[in-house]
Amino acid sequence: MSDTSSAEKATATFVNVGERTNVTGSAKFKKLILAGDFEAALDVARQQVESGAQIIDINMDEAMLDSEAAMVRFLNLIASEPDISRVPIMIDSSKWSVIEAGLKCVQGKPIVNSISMKEGVDAFIAQAKKVRRYGAAVVVMAFDEKGQADTEDRKVEICTKSYKILTEQVGFPPEDIIFDPNIFAIATGIEEHNNYGIDFINATRRIKATLPHCHVSGGVSNVSFSFRGNEQVREAMHSVFLYHAIKAGMDMGIVNAGQLAVYEDIPRELRDAAEDVILNRRPDATDRMLEVAAKYKAGAGAAKAPDLSWREADVNKRLTHALVNGITDFIDEDTEEARKAAEVRGGRPLDVIEGPLMDGMNVVGDLFGAGKMFLPQVVKSARVMKKSVAYLIPFIEEEKAKNAKLGIIDAAKNNGKILLATVKGDVHDIGKNIVGVVLQCNNYEVVDLGVMVSSAKILETAREIKADIIGLSGLITPSLDEMAYVAREMEREGFSVPLLIGGATTSKVHTAVKIAPGYKNAVVYVPDASRAVGVAGNLMSAQLRENFAADVKADYAKMREAHARQQQGKKRQSIAAARANKVAIDWKAHTPEKPRVTGLTIFDDYDLAELTRTIDWTPFFQTWELAGNYPAILEDKVVGKTARGLYNDAQAMLQRLVGEKWLTARAVIGFWPANSVGDDIELYTDASRAKVLTTLHTLRQQMVRDNARANMALADFIAPKDSGVADYIGGFAVTAGLGIEKKLAEFEREHDDYNAILFKALADRLAESFAERMHQRVRREFWGYATAENLNNADLIAEKYRGIRPAPGYPACPDHTEKALLWKLLDAEKNAGIQLTDSFAMWPAAAVSGFYFAHPEAAYFGVGKIERDQVEDYAKRKGMSLPDMERWLASSLNYDPGQADAA
Amino acid sequence: MAEDIAKARAHRIAALTTALQSRILVLDGAMGTMIQRHKLDEAGYRGARFAAHPKDVKGNNDLLILSQPQIILDIHRAYLEAGADIIETNTFSSTRIAQADYGMESLVYELNYEGAKLARQACDEYTAKNPAKPRFVAGSIGPTNRTASISPDVNDPGFRNVTFDELVAAFREQVEALVAGGADLLLAETIIDTLNAKACMFAIDEFFEASGVRLPVMISGTITDQSGRILSGQTAEAFWNSLRHVKPLSIGLNCALGAAQLRPYVAELARVADVMVSAYPNAGLPNAFGEYDEDPQTTAGHICSWAKDGLVNIVGGCCGTTPDHIKAICESVQGVAPRKLPKLPTAMRLSGLEPFQLAS
Repeated sequence: MSDTSSAEKATATFVNVGERTNVTGSAKFKKLILAGDFEAALDVARQQVESGAQIIDINMDEAMLDSEAAMVRFLNLIASEPDISRVPIMIDSSKWSVIEAGLKCVQGKPIVNSISMKEGVDAFIAQAKKVRRYGAAVVVMAFDEKGQADTEDRKVEICTKSYKILTEQVGFPPEDIIFDPNIFAIATGIEEHNNYGIDFINATRRIKATLPHCHVSGGVSNVSFSFRGNEQVREAMHSVFLYHAIKAGMDMGIVNAGQLAVYEDIPRELRDAAEDVILNRRPDATDRMLEVAAKYKAGAGAAKAPDLSWREADVNKRLTHALVNGITDFIDEDTEEARKAAEVRGGRPLDVIEGPLMDGMNVVGDLFGAGKMFLPQVVKSARVMKKSVAYLIPFIEEEKAKNAKLGIIDAAKNNGKILLATVKGDVHDIGKNIVGVVLQCNNYEVVDLGVMVSSAKILETAREIKADIIGLSGLITPSLDEMAYVAREMEREGFSVPLLIGGATTSKVHTAVKIAPGYKNAVVYVPDASRAVGVAGNLMSAQLRENFAADVKADYAKMREAHARQQQGKKRQSIAAARANKVAIDWKAHTPEKPRVTGLTIFDDYDLAELTRTIDWTPFFQTWELAGNYPAILEDKVVGKTARGLYNDAQAMLQRLVGEKWLTARAVIGFWPANSVGDDIELYTDASRAKVLTTLHTLRQQMVRDNARANMALADFIAPKDSGVADYIGGFAVTAGLGIEKKLAEFEREHDDYNAILFKALADRLAESFAERMHQRVRREFWGYATAENLNNADLIAEKYRGIRPAPGYPACPDHTEKALLWKLLDAEKNAGIQLTDSFAMWPAAAVSGFYFAHPEAAYFGVGKIERDQVEDYAKRKGMSLPDMERWLASSLNYDPGQADAA
Repeated sequence: MAEDIAKARAHRIAALTTALQSRILVLDGAMGTMIQRHKLDEAGYRGARFAAHPKDVKGNNDLLILSQPQIILDIHRAYLEAGADIIETNTFSSTRIAQADYGMESLVYELNYEGAKLARQACDEYTAKNPAKPRFVAGSIGPTNRTASISPDVNDPGFRNVTFDELVAAFREQVEALVAGGADLLLAETIIDTLNAKACMFAIDEFFEASGVRLPVMISGTITDQSGRILSGQTAEAFWNSLRHVKPLSIGLNCALGAAQLRPYVAELARVADVMVSAYPNAGLPNAFGEYDEDPQTTAGHICSWAKDGLVNIVGGCCGTTPDHIKAICESVQGVAPRKLPKLPTAMRLSGLEPFQLAS
């Protein structure tokens, strides 16, 4: 892309300073700036760099302009254009105030153009000091109180004086001084002007020879001023001038980098004429030059065109190119072409956004992720994207209007309102901004609160604008905690909108383990901007929302388990310390409800039809290794067809199963006065609580907590004996599998594995449904602590009720042997027909048993791995030997019992 | 009295420059990581004095200088005990701009003054114990939470939410207080936008001129990712070119990356900077929980290889590093010769986002 100018051929140490971004030198640039079209003005700067300018000169000295404001605005804009701002900037003004305003906007080391002694030495020194303090290099004009130096001697004299002041009085490094000994127009017809070219060249030679390390620059185009309008002649003159000046030591020039003729390529006749005027070699040089110039007037050299070869690719590739390179020049026509192509295919304007534009943004995202693009470029890409989308909007509106007329309701104005914020304590928002742009491009209304936003502000705004989704972003570590805090605050304040989590240090695991548990509605980790659209789309769709959220929830739960497993085997704390960190429940704040029914309640032949209504189908499909949540799974692209077939078969079998009564459902439940004593729970024979009926034993978490979470044991949810609070516990055993053998045998006889498995799976589902239904009735009727509860099946499945029903052998009470006590309490074998095997498995297998805890804070948890100190104590409490206890708890031990024995 | 203080400081600065000739000096490690260990809640941050402050202050680590000075003092001591030569004041966010989030702008002078005093006290204790190993206080100056050359508004790339002049004023206030409180040197660190750093240097230079005091200045930028650029887009060399005019004691890098990732950029600075080079990486890259878990030996191993390859003069630790890391780093660079300053040809060195050089 870089132009090989004659200058660069002559010496590698000559620097092209782009001159087109100068309102005094470029009519086009001036017009754009005066019209406030800074975007097009930026293109002028970009073209300069593309054409080989190694530094760009920016000048806003125009009477009609607020020059300071224009300088600041333009420099700030350039800072966002990496293909321009990669090069150093020359801040050019005759007004010090404009220069100083510019110096405050440039992060690189720029050059000030210029200062001089024209207002005296004191002002010169003061300005030079400031330039130094701002860390810039400086152009010093050969100018003093007497005026601008024109002769060779005056030029050398002023530059020498300036050099001495700068290096000796100001401490300016000589290598950062650039002298401009003034290039004036020649061949003007005025005889005194004829030697200006050679004066400059000779002065340059002397300055470079006598003033160590300094540089010499000049505004080259001045020299050809009298040939305005004849570009080819001007180019030739510039080229010839530079050829000689560079040899003399000029190492920087303000030139139109795109318009420099190659010295050797200049027609001999023209080159000779130019050389004559510049070097003032003969008295008739000007006349001869004018003569030659007339011949070249028509053939004015064209500006070097930018590389447009990318325009030959297909429209999708062009859109990607424009997005990656941030080029808006062709975006409307390319967008139109893509839109038409979509239309021809029978597609919609929106397809352009979701297709080629998103593809292009994905490329941007990938390059950004790979460190091949950085912030300003991405922001530019986003702008291209926005332009394209803006072009499409009228078409999208038109389509909507048409659809509306046809009665097709195409949602409201937009897809939804999304509130974005970088959390308190964090200033990083690149990713968030990209997400914001991409979402906007996809027709979401995005309200961006910016960075360092407090939780309170986020929630307040979310309520105020009725946000549909809240998105949190952050990059630094403490932001992770802040996000978790916002999630808990959303929970506390009763929010229900989905929460999106994104940012460099966030992760799916962190979201699953630390954030999602704090907020019971949807919490979704969004790894990058391109995913944000899909996630938002799912969350905003009435049909998809619930299943999507459920899928994510299930996924995160799995992740939490996996994480917990990983954590297991890690540090544990002593049981004494764990007990000190038990669940802190204020027993004065809550009076346990007395169960309405005392003793045992037996259900001999429960209505199967009732149980079919509360089946949780998702595990049913999991049984068949079909991944996905019901009912979305029925529409799943991959497994949907299979799932539908299976579901139809299951429904058909259920009808016969119920109608022909293939199975019998039985249950027994009971409630007892109870209080906790340490980690045990005492059940009493009657309300006097004088006589212990039996003692249940619970295990306590021993993981080291690095947060406010407690080390839980189920006993924590029952009022301690010494609290004086009368508490209760329940127990249950239900089955829907009685009689299953008979029908199973029939299927097996027919070698009908499919129906056999289907049948077993349905029996399991019915048993689970029975447990769920029974729990519901316990809450509402039998214990009756939640008589007003009214939840639909989805909420039941999501366990949105008060109280838990943990089962022995499951994570909250991993000791299966406790089931023996439960069976004794319930006499479950007699009352519900469920037997316990030697290993405490239930038979029929389609059975569920457990305890009821009613406290509002009662929650499911996993005991995890436990230490020897607890196991020893637990064995003692249960009256079992340590080796026996260790055998039953083998999978929960955080130590190797054999090893310990040897020690 | 003031003369004595100035004399003592001049004496310490001389000792610092002498020490840098003969050995690699070690900075301290993370302050935030150590503060986190105390698990302070809102009330803990407030202490008695700020109990009624109208805004939340949890997370305002600098405030602990006033509300929990003992904690900060003990952290300083822990790092000195570990062997750090230079410790940083706990004043990373003690500018009026950064404190505005907490409504504590009025405390800025006090924070810096007391912050420097706490570090001074700890250093003086340890220097007294072993005068052969003098300890130095570096006044920590963070970048603030606003950027002068990056727009916070995607729709308006020309917009800025802080001006150069506002930054200069804020840094000036901080610097004056740090120096009054007893800092031996000034350390502008975690620079994500070079224009902010230029404003900081502008303020320091003005202060030096006005006060007649002159302290060594350390400058440390942050390369945000493997693109090798600071957030505002400059490469390491361009960054150095933008700031070399202040003739700092050192130029270097810290934060964002672990030692393994930071090395190429440290090497780049070592090649182009004719001043001391400092580097204090994070304890690796954060894991999925944003925790730093690189062990001290690993961090020290990387830093040791930098030292042996002649890349560094001052080393230390940033996020996630602890006194154990600093101890391991001290041991690993013990006896390793410091980097020798390169002799560079005279040239005009400019920069945009990229460096630019014109031979003289």
